Amino acid sequence: MSTTKLAKEPEGTEPTAAPALLELRDLRVFYGAIEALKGVNLSVREGEVVALLGANGAGKSTTLRTASGMLSPRSGEVLLRGERIDGIKPHNLVRFGIGHVPEGRRVFARMTVRENLEMGAYRFKSPDQDEMDRIFGLFPRLAERSSQLGGTLSGGEQQMLAIGRALMGKPELLLLDEPSMGLAPLVVQQIFEILREINQQGTTVLLVEQNAAQALQLADRGYVLETGTVAMHEEASALLADPRVRAAYLGEIAE
Amino acid sequence: MSLSEFWDFLVLGVVLGSLYAVIAIGYTLVYGVLQLLNFAHSEVFMFGGYGGLIALTAWSPVTSPSGFQSVAYVAVGMCAGAALGGIAAYGLEKVAYRPLRRRHAPRLVFLITAIGASFFLYNLAGKLFGRNAAPMPTMYENKKLFSVFGADINITQLLILISAVVMMIGLDYVVNRTKLGSGIRAVAQDPEVASLMGVDIDKVVSRTFVIGGLLGGAAGFLFGTNQQVFYTMGFLPGITAFAAAVLGGIGNVRGAMVGGMLLGIVENLTVGFWGDGWRYVGAFAVLVLVLMFRPTGILGERVGRTA
Ligand SMILES: Nc1ncnc2c1ncn2[C@@H]1O[C@H](COP(=O)(O)OP(=O)(O)O)[C@@H](O)[C@H]1O
Ligand SMILES: [Mg+2]
Repeated sequence: MSTTKLAKEPEGTEPTAAPALLELRDLRVFYGAIEALKGVNLSVREGEVVALLGANGAGKSTTLRTASGMLSPRSGEVLLRGERIDGIKPHNLVRFGIGHVPEGRRVFARMTVRENLEMGAYRFKSPDQDEMDRIFGLFPRLAERSSQLGGTLSGGEQQMLAIGRALMGKPELLLLDEPSMGLAPLVVQQIFEILREINQQGTTVLLVEQNAAQALQLADRGYVLETGTVAMHEEASALLADPRVRAAYLGEIAE
Repeated sequence: MSLSEFWDFLVLGVVLGSLYAVIAIGYTLVYGVLQLLNFAHSEVFMFGGYGGLIALTAWSPVTSPSGFQSVAYVAVGMCAGAALGGIAAYGLEKVAYRPLRRRHAPRLVFLITAIGASFFLYNLAGKLFGRNAAPMPTMYENKKLFSVFGADINITQLLILISAVVMMIGLDYVVNRTKLGSGIRAVAQDPEVASLMGVDIDKVVSRTFVIGGLLGGAAGFLFGTNQQVFYTMGFLPGITAFAAAVLGGIGNVRGAMVGGMLLGIVENLTVGFWGDGWRYVGAFAVLVLVLMFRPTGILGERVGRTA
């Protein structure tokens, strides 16, 4: 199985001896009788930003939810540094260093910004104040609103809070589900800047996006999902240049 | 009703209302984390009454206890009541509700299970402890302590009020200031995301039941001290406290406290004005009226789940 997969690796990325940080092998995931993932293979190496693109309903969120333990695959494997983690409950999986920023942000509306961030550090005995300061440094808007309720923030601020909350758990791997959804272009720009910074500070990122242009500019590599299977898998720059991707996902981008 | 009678009934209302408030917290906490109307909570309260009764009977208090002995009796009765309440609530969740959650049973099944568990538990208590009401063994001489505006306040009333206030303050602290409380609030708002943060939902749910059970059990002991202990004693206070939780805005802890106090006071003032036959009429009229204009309850924007 894995040899056929390696053959499909894009040129120039030598398969390394060390196992990938995250590897999904032949994942099949069902919602009742609906097969949402039909054998997805995907890997994320340490330090990378990997973009996961695809139309609505392609299975992007399902992929992330399976990686963070919210869903269990019917078959296939989820490996973290070569160790199987599928079937582990999400509350135990956070300890393995996976942070998941869910679709739609889902901040705790009736908790303050600070309490939301503290929730992100729930797995630790007590929240790390230095980490909180670092996050307030990344998102000064959150620092200004630290005692405001999560539900009163704007969409962009909620997204920042959702990212900050996940970072409080000190993840090695950050899974982001459509962070740009419903946000003004300027805010999207800001958030992607910060994601770049987060990645440069050492966090590996798997980024689900519909905003393919933004995502591929940030990413090292990209996957395109179509109805539960990987349709394309390339260097981000190659995907950006690919006419099929341009037609399907960048069509609306004027310029 | 004379003015002094008004104060008498107000005192009765505040005392009873504080008990309703403590019981209502148990309903509202469980509703918060599971959206479950745990009707068997009234039986947790009843078991608290028996916990105190059994412990004190076993210890058989002396006829005229010293001040120190009285304090010890009350402490033992209260702890035994809280303990049995906590155990009952813990067992209830483990045996009756957890299997349903595992199998993703529909809401209605939870509701029927709750009602079934309630019937089961009070009939079990009737079988185990007998069907006659039993007074709590005398722990102290229930003297009048002082009066406010001509209304006398005795030791039991003060004990109930102080214990209830201490429990409410303690509970508010736990919910808003501790890690367990953060877990409870997170599960109430978004269980899936809470688990992504590392919250073990099963553990939080179980502890939520235990907290509600400790409070409900202690309230059962206090109620039994004020009146008597009997196997159906949970029914009316239980229903009223449940109504209080809804009135305050179910899921909201402070709302449960407000709702409980309000219903206790209205209930007793109604009795004062129109006689005992009207006891529950006034309180439930207020409930219906308030909900008509504020369907989410008094402090109720916080109802349910906001994503
Ligand atoms: N909770 C669910 N129950 C049933 N079907 C679902 C559920 N969530 C997603 N699906 C289905 O699974 C497929 C993949 O969904 P999803 O992973 O959310 O797609 P994406 O994130 O790419 O938009 C879709 O066909 C969707 O309708
Ligand atoms: Mg999605």
